[in-house]
Amino acid sequence: MAERSPATRRTLWLVLSLVFAFLYIPIAVLVALSFNEGGLPTAWSGFSLKWYASLANNSAILSAALNTLIVALVSTAIATLLGTLLAIGVEMRRQYGKGLEALIFAPMIIPDIVLAIALLSFFSMLNLTMGLHTIILAHVVFNLAFVCSVVRARLKSFDWSIIEASADLGASAPTTFRRVTLPVIAPAVIAGALLAFTLSVDEFIIAFFTAGAGRASTTLPMQIYAMIRFGITPEINALATIVMAVSITALTLSQRLNRGMIGQ
Amino acid sequence: MAPALVWLTALMVVPCALVLALAFFRRGIYGGIDYTFTLENFGLVFDPLYAGIFLESARIAGTATLIAVVIGYAAAYAISAAPRRWQPVFLFFAVLPFWSNYLIRTYAWIVLLNREGLITQLLRWLGYTGEPPSMLYTEGAVIAGLVYNYLPFVILACYAPLSRLNPELAEASRDLGASAATTFRRVILPLTVPGIAAGAVFVFVLSIGNFVTPALLGGGRFQMIGNLVYDQFLTANDWPFGAALAMALIAIMLLVLMAQALAADRAAGRAAQAGGGTDG
Repeated sequence: MAERSPATRRTLWLVLSLVFAFLYIPIAVLVALSFNEGGLPTAWSGFSLKWYASLANNSAILSAALNTLIVALVSTAIATLLGTLLAIGVEMRRQYGKGLEALIFAPMIIPDIVLAIALLSFFSMLNLTMGLHTIILAHVVFNLAFVCSVVRARLKSFDWSIIEASADLGASAPTTFRRVTLPVIAPAVIAGALLAFTLSVDEFIIAFFTAGAGRASTTLPMQIYAMIRFGITPEINALATIVMAVSITALTLSQRLNRGMIGQ
Repeated sequence: MAPALVWLTALMVVPCALVLALAFFRRGIYGGIDYTFTLENFGLVFDPLYAGIFLESARIAGTATLIAVVIGYAAAYAISAAPRRWQPVFLFFAVLPFWSNYLIRTYAWIVLLNREGLITQLLRWLGYTGEPPSMLYTEGAVIAGLVYNYLPFVILACYAPLSRLNPELAEASRDLGASAATTFRRVILPLTVPGIAAGAVFVFVLSIGNFVTPALLGGGRFQMIGNLVYDQFLTANDWPFGAALAMALIAIMLLVLMAQALAADRAAGRAAQAGGGTDG
């Protein structure tokens, strides 16, 4: 880059500082308040973990957290399997049809609210009782698209001739998959799974529409939404801090796996 | 790959086709669906009342897009001008908030903006004694929430072409006597249009169909298309009309995506003329 004058450089640093302040202050305030004894933004009354303790005694939140964990784990498992197979199938044939691409790409760009009402109409037309299982069915739709795109990116640089080599050396197709293909794509599969898990943990609108009536299948985002609508309670700050910590950890891990691949 | 395609077909294509079909039927007297063909629902979308909500949504989404693009582009430019080894770190931290829960990021703004929130506290601390300002449940709050939530993506989208810019192009422009402002406007900006377009489309499409932000930060006072669709399905029980609204939303989205593809094509043509500035 061309040499910049000190004034320009100062302006650029100022821009960066302001943008990072804008991005992080709201989150930092939440996290700080979650440790505030009084729980309100009015005054700092001392460090305390009592809001975390009260979360642990809130049965509605605990059951919502359990529901979220079930939905996220099951939908991630199914989506990882289906998404990986889809990625391998598409990349091995190397015949990218426009329709196929659109089908795989659509779940990532279709507005949540549209997929949500579409699935609600579909399930109720089938007279299906809705609950955690319908949320799982719905979450697999977008999760498998994301897993597929992460794994496909990895397969773009895959040398398919090693598969032929493996077959020529007498390995069966399953052995080749297990000993050759899988080790190569494993980081991408895990990265995709972590991404899917986080997306599912955080997803609100589709879950809200496909959970059916009653509180039995309330997920954590649904619970958080209800709490926010009800008003600010210090418990949400603590819950928000935990949820953010979980998703940021999972996604940082996913990112590292992806970056590690580029270095290979 | 067959199981995945079956899954997508059964749980995305079929339900979406069903919604499209639903839009052509009449609402039943008791809220069910009366299976007689009609175009009424699409007519109702253009009714001044609802067309007004579409325009309002587009205006709010457009304002949020404009602000997000200006801030996001400035941030991406500053990151691309930072020392090379710091760039990935800055980029990572710019995108990190995007990975936390959307509801929580929106809630953070309630904490900041409510009448006894942090901003009011700050004003009091500075010596302000009057009525607490009403910031929450305003259009400004909705726009702030949208900008905050989608800014990281704009930074990411604008950074890509900025980091690939050939620095010699800007130098050549300066050597030929152009001012810094002219160089930016005539050389840098045109070459980074694809990034701006991608970022803008993302913010606009997600904002116009948004349901959570207007509901939480607008306090239900600002109806946007997403809320309208929600109401038809969960409160008004007029599924056919809700389906027509959803289809109109998809149509807007496709139009915007087509405009983006067009902008990217034209920018690619310009880049070729400018001497391969984007082939890095």
